[in-house]
Amino acid sequence: MSVIIQIKNVSKSYWRNSLEIPVLHDLTLNVKEGEFLALMGPSGSGKTTLLNLIAGIDRPSKGELNVAGTDIAKLNESGLAKWRSASVGFVFQFYNLIPVLTAFENVELPLLLTKLSKSERRKHVENVLSIVGLGDRIHHYPKQLSGGQEQRVAIARAIVTDPVILVADEPTGDLDKTSAQEILTLMERLNKEFKKTIVMVTHDPHAAEKATRLLHLEKGDLV
Amino acid sequence: MKIFKLIFKNALRHKLRTSLTIFGIAIAVIAYGLLRTVVTIWDSSIDAAGADRLITRQAVSFIFPLPLAYKTKIESVSGVKEVCGAAWFGGTYKDKSNFFARMAIDDNYFDLYPEFMVSKNDLDKYKKERNGCIVGKSIADQYKFKVGDIIVLDGDIFPGRWEFVVSGIYLPKNKNTDATQMLFHWDYLNERIKQETPVRGDQVFWYIVKIDNTNNSAQISEQIDALFKNSTAETKTETEKAFTQGFVSASGAIITAMNFMSFAIIGIIMLVLANTMVMSARERTREYAVFKTLGFSAYHLTGLILGESMLISCIGAGIGIFLLYPIVSGFEQVMPKGFFPFFFIEPITIILAASSALLIGVLASIFPIQRALHTKIVDGFRFVG
Ligand SMILES: Nc1ncnc2c1ncn2[C@@H]1O[C@H](COP(=O)(O)OP(=O)(O)OP(=O)(O)O)[C@@H](O)[C@H]1O
Ligand SMILES: [Mg+2]
Repeated sequence: MSVIIQIKNVSKSYWRNSLEIPVLHDLTLNVKEGEFLALMGPSGSGKTTLLNLIAGIDRPSKGELNVAGTDIAKLNESGLAKWRSASVGFVFQFYNLIPVLTAFENVELPLLLTKLSKSERRKHVENVLSIVGLGDRIHHYPKQLSGGQEQRVAIARAIVTDPVILVADEPTGDLDKTSAQEILTLMERLNKEFKKTIVMVTHDPHAAEKATRLLHLEKGDLV
Repeated sequence: MKIFKLIFKNALRHKLRTSLTIFGIAIAVIAYGLLRTVVTIWDSSIDAAGADRLITRQAVSFIFPLPLAYKTKIESVSGVKEVCGAAWFGGTYKDKSNFFARMAIDDNYFDLYPEFMVSKNDLDKYKKERNGCIVGKSIADQYKFKVGDIIVLDGDIFPGRWEFVVSGIYLPKNKNTDATQMLFHWDYLNERIKQETPVRGDQVFWYIVKIDNTNNSAQISEQIDALFKNSTAETKTETEKAFTQGFVSASGAIITAMNFMSFAIIGIIMLVLANTMVMSARERTREYAVFKTLGFSAYHLTGLILGESMLISCIGAGIGIFLLYPIVSGFEQVMPKGFFPFFFIEPITIILAASSALLIGVLASIFPIQRALHTKIVDGFRFVG
């Protein structure tokens, strides 16, 4: 299978008050299409940073970054934004739903940037909401949903544009055991059935078990 | 789901905060409108002064009279077309609170004041009736005066009981024409004063001088004043506009203050709205990061924030303007009668209030928009309220 994420000699530092905080050092990593990669590692090791680089919401300080066939380190802001909306889906630890929008409207958000008609959008939204098992919660607001349900809405929002890659930053970090299990099963299904390439950061060894590959990040190095 | 819906939902997120902001803007717009209304009334009453009319009065003060003999002398100055004497009567009509101007005038007064429109019929009648008077439409309506009615005044400057018959009613030609005056024959006043207090006879308080060329007003004024130099009653001649302004110079300072305050209020509204918008945008830092992550552009975020700011400012201003009309007319009712010769909301006041609201909506959103656009996605997600 072909390589869909190609990270070559990537370094990333943050600057705080003209003080350099090195996070990732000369990191190289390839992810093949259809892989379900779990990233583990202690807090502060740079897992979120790496995920953000892959997803194109942050830029490397050095190195090459080819994701879904695009050299994303070379894109400008708006090019990157377009690329993101077409190629990646995001799932966060704290769901990050818009509280004033219903489940339906939250999932519909990314589609507003497409040329789809209203009825086509409706079809897509209803479809993904039923995939995540929330077909009966379409008009609920986030605060009317449980944490697990909120995360499922977030996953629906991440996949509604049918991106090839899904990144998830501790998607079960804030959930109870049962809900976490449901989310993981869903992720696994998205990987197996819908052929999504998934990169997931987790602290939970059980979660990592669902993955097809496991990597440890330690102080900015893969071990 | 369209951006409008989201703007509405965002605005309604903190209902109390949004309502208080809207309420604040509405009150400020009303205060602004009231102040501007008073200021524009003031300005337009000065503007109502005829450019082709000069006022000649005693140099010391207009409360001192001028001899009747001055009239022909003033008429002899070149450039002077017509001269009309006038005397302030004062007095009381029934009750002290019934305030309107009462003046004794020469019969050619209405030639000099074409903005006071009297029908030929009424004017002929007035000229025939020795104690006739002509009253403005506003006071005629207010006190239900009609032709043939008797008006009795209790004199103070000219003591005694004075009886007049209404010969006619004049209509204001312009919106800012004073329609609250009561005008009657100076001859009627003079005849009686001459009998009762002979030393006060044959006197007027000021002369209204109609000139043929407004460009010569300064020159003609000088010539008139030169005629009476070193006499017992030196004169001061100036344009009617300058006279009106001087008459109200003390109040002029208050008007300047009001003018300034009306603009200060605009500043206050802006701060109120800017505060609300900054708070809202700050709370939504993470959401903006989400929008950007999903691929929404600077253009979308700007629309979202600007839209909300405009929505709040426009609703606030709309309510304010809507309430301004009943409030101004309520204000007019509680003002002493005749205090302002006319009271109306100038369209310019509404235009200024509405355009200020739009401008404020834009200005108040600049800072939050900048912040939302400049915050990096990763920093947005790391932001803790
Ligand atoms: N935007 C930023 N600005 C400055 N420093 C940052 C920024 N993001 C991350 N860092 C720093 O980079 C290092 C790695 O952070 P990162 O969030 O990638 O770690 P992590 O492995 O995801 O940790 P956790 O398990 O706690 O989520 C930390 O020391 C963090 O303080
Ligand atoms: Mg992290």
